[in-house]
Amino acid sequence: MSVGKVTFTKVEREKLAEVLWLLNWISVVTGAILLGMGLFLKMEIQKWQEVMSEQGVLYVPHMLITTGLAACGINFLGGKICLDCADTNKFLRWKLVMMPYVICTFFFTACILAGALMCYNIRSELEESLFLGLRYSMLYYKDTDTPGRCYLKRMLDLLQIHFQCCGNTGYKDWFQIQWISYRYLDLRSMAVVDRLRNNVEGKFLMDSVPFSCCSPLSPRPCIQQQLNRPLAHFNFDQQSQHLNLWRKGCRQALLDHYTIIMQSISLIVLLIWLFELLVLTGVRYLQTAMENVIRVGDPESESEGWILENSLAETARSNFNIIKNLGKCYQVDNDPNINVPAMIAEQEIHSEQVQVQRTS
Amino acid sequence: MAVLRVKFTKTKRDKLAQVLWILNWISVVTGVILFALGLYLKVEINKRVELMAERDIQYVPNMLIAVGLIACAINFLGGKICYDCVDTTKFLRWKLIMLPYIVCTFFFTFCVLVGALMCYSMRGELEESLALGLTQAMRFYKDTDIPGRCFLKRTVDMLQIQFQCCGNSGYKDWFQIQWISNRYLDMSQQHVVDRLRSNVEGKYLMDGVPFSCCNINSPRPCIQQQVTNNSAHYNYEHQTEELNLWMKGCRQALLEYYTDIMQSIGLTVLITWLFELSVLTGVRYLQTSLENVLRQGDPDSESDGWLLENSFMETARINLNIIKSLGKNNHIDTAKNGDPNIDVPSTSKAHYGPDNVPPKTIKEAS
Repeated sequence: MSVGKVTFTKVEREKLAEVLWLLNWISVVTGAILLGMGLFLKMEIQKWQEVMSEQGVLYVPHMLITTGLAACGINFLGGKICLDCADTNKFLRWKLVMMPYVICTFFFTACILAGALMCYNIRSELEESLFLGLRYSMLYYKDTDTPGRCYLKRMLDLLQIHFQCCGNTGYKDWFQIQWISYRYLDLRSMAVVDRLRNNVEGKFLMDSVPFSCCSPLSPRPCIQQQLNRPLAHFNFDQQSQHLNLWRKGCRQALLDHYTIIMQSISLIVLLIWLFELLVLTGVRYLQTAMENVIRVGDPESESEGWILENSLAETARSNFNIIKNLGKCYQVDNDPNINVPAMIAEQEIHSEQVQVQRTS
Repeated sequence: MAVLRVKFTKTKRDKLAQVLWILNWISVVTGVILFALGLYLKVEINKRVELMAERDIQYVPNMLIAVGLIACAINFLGGKICYDCVDTTKFLRWKLIMLPYIVCTFFFTFCVLVGALMCYSMRGELEESLALGLTQAMRFYKDTDIPGRCFLKRTVDMLQIQFQCCGNSGYKDWFQIQWISNRYLDMSQQHVVDRLRSNVEGKYLMDGVPFSCCNINSPRPCIQQQVTNNSAHYNYEHQTEELNLWMKGCRQALLEYYTDIMQSIGLTVLITWLFELSVLTGVRYLQTSLENVLRQGDPDSESDGWLLENSFMETARINLNIIKSLGKNNHIDTAKNGDPNIDVPSTSKAHYGPDNVPPKTIKEAS
């Protein structure tokens, strides 16, 4: 009771081999596309990796890169095999390799599917990573003289300008950290000392934001200072306040950016997975059809191809038994190749003699 | 005395025709590249057209686009011709067109060269256009409520952020214009009124710059107000401070940007011109050698190919005479180079010798 049995004439087999050769070469190209997408994602993550707390998210592009390379290799081999399969003589060369090849490719397509699903699932990890990373970057914004942190001001300014965002969740995050270094604070001034004393931890906090939070779309020059007191500025109504700074938080902005990239990538990877599955099915049919032709003996005759020789349950059972027997390699258990001791052999001869007597 | 005469066997001619067919198709691709470069330059100029005053700089990308399209068409036709030239019978179809085609392509390659040189010469006009355009844009920076100018604030801010520049020649240009609109100035405050009064034209000028001039590389938070007042800020000296604001002027930044683009485009066009010239030379050789084969009659024999049949001076003289006689088309001019196609009047008839000559007696052979 085979699964998906199809009869193939000689012409159909040759056509199938040619089509599969072409499809395998297209799959090499899609493998290269996978590799390209993995590299692109890696570059995009590395561009802003300073605002991410740990780079655990890099496993996704690494997975895509290895899958892409493996796809190129597997489909290149598949192309060579299918080219030779049109001729029964050349098929004999590949006969022993084909079954392992089909199984490997089957597990490999499962890897591709896993890669696609990973791209969808990474969002929450990324959000966590961005939240912590941005918080640290903002804390160390003022430390432009400390090695290891001196680039954070520039990075954060660039980020806010490029992604049109301000702060972690919003611009008010800047009110809770000291983003002006002590080097630029006149500690002799009464105003400065008062403000420092006001704060429990002795931090210089103000209701102002860095210039990179300013929106060029505002009709009026940017107001960065005294944001909690709109009356301190002339004609600073609700609408002006709304347009003055970027409203979006940088965590949200970066998350949106990466989510779009990864959704597109995972859609393309899903399509590639379906294509690979199709090619694999074709190769399986070709393999079984060619094997049956050799079994029949006549290269010109029709032959059958299938996906599984027996039903799914039977195939699972027989594979399970094989795996069990692999485990019990050295145990005596009705293995005809193992030498049976003499006691049991005599019993057999006795039973044969009884049968001979009966027939005569 | 032909110019650069080369002998061609039949196989050489066939090979030349095939090679020229491929080269013509490559030239179609380079024509498409020229077209794309022209489009790219046009898009880049139009992106910042608000910052450029009225100057005629659109002719450069328009020229490149036209040249690219014509190159595609000419080389497509050339490809078809060269494809047919392998066979002498098919060549007869194209025989009459080939010489005009070669002459046209020769003048067309001049256009390509002119296009390349234009790319390099556009710089001066562009600089002038940018200087005027930027001055205007900065003057109308505050007019975000006037239609037709409301977008200029955004354009200038984005320009200064993207190109990392400030002002026209430098940040001090902002000190000389009022970039804060009167709508946002509190006229009830004394210091505002004082400042307005202290200026001749009643403009609110200050030593402050917009936020887009701030340099992201600065180790300290940006100082935008009272830029020239050292005592207003702790530990600050504006004469030595180079990292606070962008030091470059936007005119210089934009000029460098466009000059880079146009130098690359100019180089590409020059290379395309050299390539077209070599293809044209090949087509000329092919044409002359095939015509000579037809003249000889035997399609398999050797033939000569040349660039010009006679020396350069003679060809120039012959062409000049042709152009002159085209001009004198309807004049009867039998005094010098008589045109044999015009009917000569009987007053100057042919001279066959004197009349009344007695016939000669033929002696009989004995």
